[in-house]
Amino acid sequence: MTGPILDIRGLRKSFGHVEVLRGIDLAVKPQELVFIIGPSGSGKSTLLRCCNRLEEPNAGTILVDGVDLMDRRTNINAMRRHIGMVFQSFNLYPHLSALSNVSLALRKVVKKSRAEAEALALTALERVGLREKAKSYPSELSGGQQQRVAIARALALEPTIMLFDEPTSALDPELVGSVLGVMRELKQDGMTMLVVSHEMRFARDAADRVIFMDHGLIVEEAPPSQIFTSPREPRTRTFIAELTR
Amino acid sequence: MEALLNQFFNLDIMARALPLVLTGLKQTLLLCIVVIPLGLAGGLLVALLSLVPWRVFRWATILAIDFFRAVPPLVLLIFVYSGLPFAGIRLTPLAAVAVAFLLNNSSYYGEVYRAGIESVGRGQWDAARSTGLTLTQTLRNVVLPQAIRNVLPDLISNTVEVVKLTSLASVIALPELLYSADMARSLTFNTSPIVLAAGFYLLMLWPLVRLVSRLERRIAS
Ligand SMILES: Nc1ncnc2c1ncn2[C@@H]1O[C@H](COP(=O)(O)OP(=O)(O)O)[C@@H](O)[C@H]1O
Repeated sequence: MTGPILDIRGLRKSFGHVEVLRGIDLAVKPQELVFIIGPSGSGKSTLLRCCNRLEEPNAGTILVDGVDLMDRRTNINAMRRHIGMVFQSFNLYPHLSALSNVSLALRKVVKKSRAEAEALALTALERVGLREKAKSYPSELSGGQQQRVAIARALALEPTIMLFDEPTSALDPELVGSVLGVMRELKQDGMTMLVVSHEMRFARDAADRVIFMDHGLIVEEAPPSQIFTSPREPRTRTFIAELTR
Repeated sequence: MEALLNQFFNLDIMARALPLVLTGLKQTLLLCIVVIPLGLAGGLLVALLSLVPWRVFRWATILAIDFFRAVPPLVLLIFVYSGLPFAGIRLTPLAAVAVAFLLNNSSYYGEVYRAGIESVGRGQWDAARSTGLTLTQTLRNVVLPQAIRNVLPDLISNTVEVVKLTSLASVIALPELLYSADMARSLTFNTSPIVLAAGFYLLMLWPLVRLVSRLERRIAS
């Protein structure tokens, strides 16, 4: 039995006087896909952003692959390349081609030569089905294609875990499927994933575990089959009833 | 009409003044080559300093920016050239202009860069940092290229102003374009050399001004 890839204990985070995360414990095992659901403002996004210290937690420990992210001696930039992150608004670099978007960190962080970085970037673009768009700029791509390039950008760095922050919320409905398709393939390839999303159907057939958060706490966690059909907590029940209405 | 043409557009006088005016033009170009890169670099430094998270540091930078923007550049120039010798610092006219312009221009360029950096959304920082890029790598590869592209028209407009301001150097007897033309005017008792100098300014700046309008139109569309 190997240890968890991500191990969060007692995580707390405040913005000013408002405590947004009030003691989160969460472990994600290798190859597991964990889904986080919950009302808007419950702290899901902040939790994800603490996992690579885009937000600085106030208390708690975060271990990624056994390395303590909160330890002063940990090189956070070196760790971040192993923690892929995909954002709701894609955040592609508009002044760079798809290929350069994907190869930038390979060159600057992993210190690959340009040729090596571009070869790896092309492979990553191939995995998301966009090899032929390598030369295109973000403005020339659809939302779904942009998000897949963003996934390739994270994927190219060979992450041990990938964080998805509402990856399909900014997409037109007809483009959602292509992004979920890529995520499904990642799951089949054994990627460990932590996903904040409202795509309930995807959660039902791809997630190993669903976590329901409310007011900065984990209220309930269960396999999708259970949480969607017979949630234990009243708050979960209300939330799911509203979502599936 | 005849008198007017004779006073402002006298080609004979212009031809006679041309060598002197050209030496002035050379000085003005030299000033630009010194002063513009200094201002662009100083401005970038100022903009980066104003991003530093230490509050006291940031306030000091903002105070300095405000100060050098409020003091007329002419006052600054005279102070640097004629005032500093009393403190034991004696500068050549060119060095004095370089220092005075660095102080003044960095503040203006700095504000332009700062607006540019602020125009780049937080998502760009998030994305870059999440892939492990350091702060400096993020600035250099992700934020500044976009920031500069967003404010390119303002950077060029500001540069046009800087070129015009180089004529201030005439007050400390640096024989730049306007100074030389004015000398020719006083030798010939005729305004045509000034018109000639104006022609050279126009020749230098018109392409830049055109470029600004084109860039602005492109950004608007
Ligand atoms: N940078 C920030 N500064 C201040 N408050 C923030 C910041 N980011 C998030 N918050 C607040 O934290 C709370 C949780 O936000 P978030 O984690 O985005 O929730 P969710 O993803 O569940 O919608 C919200 O009330 C939000 O306003």
